Amino acid sequence: MKGLRNYLDKIKPKFQAGGKYGRFASTFEAFESFLYVPNTVTKQGAHIRDAMDLKRTMTVVIVALLPALLFGMFNVGYQHNNVALGLSDTTVMQNFWFGFLKVLPIIVVAYVVGLGIEFIFAEVRHEEVNEGFLVSGLLIPMIMPVDCPLWIVAVATAFAVIVGKEMFGGTGMNIFNPALLARAFIFFAYPTSISGNEVWVAGLKGGAMLQNGGALVDGYSGATPLGDAAAALSSGAVQSADAIQWSMGTTPIDWFYGFIPGSIGETSTLAILIGALILVWTGVGSWRIMLSTVVGGLAMGGVFNLIGANVMMTLPAWYHLLLGGFAFGTVFMATDPVTAAQTNRGKYIYGFLIGVLCVLTRVLNPGYPEGMMLAILFMNAMAPLIDHYVVQGNVKRRLKRSKANA
Amino acid sequence: MSKVIKLRKGLDINLVGSAERVLTKCPASARYAVVPGHYRGVTPKLLVKVGDKVKAGSPLFFSKEHPEVLFSSPVSGEVSAVNRGEKRKILSVVVTPDGSGESESFDVCPVAELDRQRVKETLLKAGFWPMIIQRPFGVIADTAARPKAIFVSGLDTAPLAPDLSFLVQDQGDCIVAGLEVLKKLTDGKVHLTVGTDTTAGVLSKIEQAEVHHIEGPHPAGNVGVQIAQIDPIGKGDVVWTVELQHVVMIGRLFLTGTVDMSKVVALTGSEVVKPHYFKVISGALVSSVTDGNLRPKPETDARTDGGGVRVISGNPLTGTKVELDDVEGYLGFYHNQITVIPEGNRYEFLGWAMPRLNKFSVSHSYFSWLFPKKRYDLDTNLNGGRRAFVQTGIYDKVMPMNIYPLYLIKAILAGDIDKMENLGIYEVIEEDVALCEFIDPSKNEWQAIVGRGIEQMIKELN
Repeated sequence: MKGLRNYLDKIKPKFQAGGKYGRFASTFEAFESFLYVPNTVTKQGAHIRDAMDLKRTMTVVIVALLPALLFGMFNVGYQHNNVALGLSDTTVMQNFWFGFLKVLPIIVVAYVVGLGIEFIFAEVRHEEVNEGFLVSGLLIPMIMPVDCPLWIVAVATAFAVIVGKEMFGGTGMNIFNPALLARAFIFFAYPTSISGNEVWVAGLKGGAMLQNGGALVDGYSGATPLGDAAAALSSGAVQSADAIQWSMGTTPIDWFYGFIPGSIGETSTLAILIGALILVWTGVGSWRIMLSTVVGGLAMGGVFNLIGANVMMTLPAWYHLLLGGFAFGTVFMATDPVTAAQTNRGKYIYGFLIGVLCVLTRVLNPGYPEGMMLAILFMNAMAPLIDHYVVQGNVKRRLKRSKANA
Repeated sequence: MSKVIKLRKGLDINLVGSAERVLTKCPASARYAVVPGHYRGVTPKLLVKVGDKVKAGSPLFFSKEHPEVLFSSPVSGEVSAVNRGEKRKILSVVVTPDGSGESESFDVCPVAELDRQRVKETLLKAGFWPMIIQRPFGVIADTAARPKAIFVSGLDTAPLAPDLSFLVQDQGDCIVAGLEVLKKLTDGKVHLTVGTDTTAGVLSKIEQAEVHHIEGPHPAGNVGVQIAQIDPIGKGDVVWTVELQHVVMIGRLFLTGTVDMSKVVALTGSEVVKPHYFKVISGALVSSVTDGNLRPKPETDARTDGGGVRVISGNPLTGTKVELDDVEGYLGFYHNQITVIPEGNRYEFLGWAMPRLNKFSVSHSYFSWLFPKKRYDLDTNLNGGRRAFVQTGIYDKVMPMNIYPLYLIKAILAGDIDKMENLGIYEVIEEDVALCEFIDPSKNEWQAIVGRGIEQMIKELN
């Protein structure tokens, strides 16, 4: 360890202002502070500081994402081998390895593109590189369909980082969740690459299946359960949720465990719940937002159950929690502290409305079954307004108090 | 017993090195000084020159902003130096004591016969007026103002804080007299807040003030928090606050007619061999207390093990860093404590990813929540790099005031006077956001920011 420290101390002057590689100062700082917590001491104010910093905060989120990511990798293989091709003799490790090889390139592309842009901006601004993208860079792959072309991932990531974050001044200043912005970008810019059923399972597109030497199971569509429900709505063939033909006969317990097609990280509500526990326990993610989002989704679903005018409305309210990106969005997207409401009271309102809007979009909008992404992005935009009124309440109380005293 | 104020928000930081309840007399300091930097917004105008003989209570300089406010020598002796910094700014006025203990004398009369005017004149003349702090903004009180109340905190909850009832244990008469004197200065009440554990000692017997009991974690002892609970400050309100030991000094002045600025300070911190209490005189050299009481430092690799110690006048959250020299190395005028902790100027390999069992954090991503009683030996490392504000909702948990700390701090950063006013700048001074600064994972300097906001408000309102 001492050798590494000596080496860093030796090359450090070259990376400082005026040094040979002075323009890479931020990059050097980022790597050095990754290896060693800097020897900076407090100058004024509190002489002692809490051990928590943003590196650790972001690390906690990444750890919380791991169960969903690992399950997602396994599920990619499972959907491909066991469901689409009907093989029954693949092991968990084989499925996982298949998924790992599929998902890893997406993660690498997201990190390389995103971090590259972050480093450039940090150098230009002469700031330290912010850790925020460590999370965004993992979130982006996890909300992508596994067969999304890598170049689209790269373009979307670049868009998210530049337009979503750096244009506002970097992490902490952005209005919209960068990862969701990447997803929304693809959704609107390359709709054919993301809205069809084929992309959700690896190897369905363009005859790739044949190259793998397999043949599709008869009647296999690769549709997500949420897609099934939406299809039932638009076809108008069935009137009640009980009559929906779920692809491959999945049941809510499958949805909960996550053995369904979908974006890489979003399918397993169980794995996401583990992540939620980590976030809530460490205090990094807001339980207020998670709770109120779930309550909002259930409330809206409940209202629709009472109306029951079409097949989506009859879908039991709790189905919504297991379907599509609801759980993932609730736990990892809505809780982004920068883009969420910042006051505690505001968080309840913000979360509740996300839940309501998500279910509202799913039920009433036949064109696009997934409401979570747009619900969160919309509430990102509304969060400052909610906070404004909450804070204004505090201001009014203060004014009233001084008047009462006067 | 009056109503108990119960606080749930806040944070107690348990550190190694709290003072044992033992009082020793400190060897006399070689020099004493009045340091203009200890007061907010004071430009000193000298009244003495080097070589002048002074007594305890003789004025050394006055404030250019408020010429009636004098700052006096704590001891008798000779003015031995006027230290100046950049642009000839006066850093400290130093008095070398002659050991005679002479004092200026002031007319004494029974406290009951005092009136507001006489109290004011005596306090000003003796150089005791700077002991009275005004809220909003924590400046020396405006002599023309009539405060709606005066607040005295009878407990200190900061990390390693001294036990205030121990500091004043044999000063009962002076406290009583001091509170009676303060009563003359306000049309409202004099509030004394003590901890619920104050059941014995002088503070438990006070009847000369409105006594409140408070319970809860730090910052329960901060007078700003107590004001917010008892009688919050609104726009246009003026309240005054006085340190408990200054109440003692004021009482003593009116009982004896002499200036005796002796007080008790706690020497604390993990780098102190035997942390305990010392009897000193205000303005003493910090080194007169610390000399011979610090742990010897073994020779180590400074890059990985750190080196040196930080000497703080005050507590580790709000105190002032002190260099042990003759220029500014003097005990802070408002401080009851000297803290010595290790410097954190060392690199920690992958520290942010480590379990760090010996570090304290409010976050459950570390393990300090498992050991609520454990005492920590924290150093001055920033434990990270400065970032934009990211985390929300954590600051409110350590701020037991009806304030949105993050919004207030952002209003100050934006320099928005109206917003600052609306969001509660009148109710806070630096120490009230010290815990926000401590827990901030983005490592922003909350106290400095609030300080700037206060400066801006003062400028704007004049």
